[in-house]
Amino acid sequence: MNLDVWWVTGFTIVAALSATVLMAGPGIGLAWLLARREFPFKSMLEVAITLPLVVPPVATGLLLLLLVGHRGPIGRLLDVVGIEVVFTWKAVVLAMAVMGLPLLVRTARAGFEQVNPRYEQVASSLGAGPGRVFLTMTLPLAGRSIVAGAILAFARALGEFGATIMVAGNIPGRTRTLAVAIYGYAETGQDAAAARLLIISVAVAFVALWFSNRLLRDRPVAA
Amino acid sequence: MMPSVSCLRASAWMVLGLVLSAGPRPAAAEPQPAERRILVSAAISLTDALGEIAAEFERGTGVGVDVNVGASSSLARQIIEGAPVDVFLSADAAQMDRVEHAGRLVPGSRVDLLSNQLVVVTPVDRGLDVTRVQDLQRETVRRVAIADPAAVPAGVYARAHLERLDLWATLQPKLIPTANVRAVLAAVDSGDVDAGFVYRTDVAMATRSRIAFEVPIDESTPIRYPLAIGRATRDLEAARRFAAFLRGPEAARIFRRRGFVVIEAVGVSPDRQPGRDPA
Repeated sequence: MNLDVWWVTGFTIVAALSATVLMAGPGIGLAWLLARREFPFKSMLEVAITLPLVVPPVATGLLLLLLVGHRGPIGRLLDVVGIEVVFTWKAVVLAMAVMGLPLLVRTARAGFEQVNPRYEQVASSLGAGPGRVFLTMTLPLAGRSIVAGAILAFARALGEFGATIMVAGNIPGRTRTLAVAIYGYAETGQDAAAARLLIISVAVAFVALWFSNRLLRDRPVAA
Repeated sequence: MMPSVSCLRASAWMVLGLVLSAGPRPAAAEPQPAERRILVSAAISLTDALGEIAAEFERGTGVGVDVNVGASSSLARQIIEGAPVDVFLSADAAQMDRVEHAGRLVPGSRVDLLSNQLVVVTPVDRGLDVTRVQDLQRETVRRVAIADPAAVPAGVYARAHLERLDLWATLQPKLIPTANVRAVLAAVDSGDVDAGFVYRTDVAMATRSRIAFEVPIDESTPIRYPLAIGRATRDLEAARRFAAFLRGPEAARIFRRRGFVVIEAVGVSPDRQPGRDPA
């Protein structure tokens, strides 16, 4: 195994973890909103969040490129504060977060829906504020689903290719991820190197999915 | 194993021919498929010229042409893995060599068809004063897009040029490798990079970038687009006709109008090869 293989593996795992952390806040918030609140255009929001799951990843990447690119509406704002996204590691994390978000939101939402609202009502009748109810009752009770969703999203982020190649490119030592490196090696006929990375990706994804499934299966019946 | 497949197909047609001739319509001596189509894999820089040429060819012969474009390295890989490509147009000799060494070409069908030139483009609204390759070292030029220099011809040519000038190592940190040469143009057009290496012929497609300077033509590694017929062809006759058409005057006119340099035919053209069937 050469240094390049380890760099690519390490970078991909760190980027996928960062993406998971980045989407955790908004993801959990959205999941809770969708599970517990009614508001106008709720169904539209639901669809919009799920879109990256079904739209071709390259199309999602193109959309991101148009938004955060140099001439895009968000890209121009970021330019002012001197933040560069396209073709940097930030673009990798962004692409991974957007692609993983639907999995986190859908799984966490199912978790929130299974939390019995009676517990929350009891907690607030005993004087706990909404914030405290959420943090001490809802969140822990839905915790397994949230963690399982986060792991699923992490696993999806690990394998992200289409959106990544659009916004982050394929820069060795800077934006090259496992998926992109496998593609590159296969293109240039370096099948042995591609196979090594393939085994690594399968192994990492396998462990992540196994954990996620275990968490979902062992959900306590009481909640 | 294509030869055995075409053998099988030939015998299938023969059986069909016998059945038909025994029936009420004895005229069906040499049955033809309702619609003949060939698949052409071509370097992405040829997209627009080839679209036009394919349309002309279809009009003239009734043979349909499907064009599959991409980086020559991707196309080469597909053909080596058995893609049923009738005609392959690569943007450099190296990728055609790969396919040839893998035994995926009809022997003797390979010829150099075109030449091109590399240019450096910059976004029109950036106002960068870049007039020679050394200027890319300036601090104002932060990112330079280049087709993947490990495999994609446009990138390989650019790299060779930079290496000759001893600039490769210096510029390396600025380089943004892309999947193919049109992706370079897209990156410059979008303003996400400050400069990029593309072919002169690609600039016609540019929306918001212009040529900053032309990369001098180097005689030791000239840009060559070889053409060959794929071993996996299912219609050798149509493939030969299209290869000949590509080397004919109509195609040459289209290529020249798009800025390509047409390499004059020397030696035997693919259509005048001794008619050896791959089976």
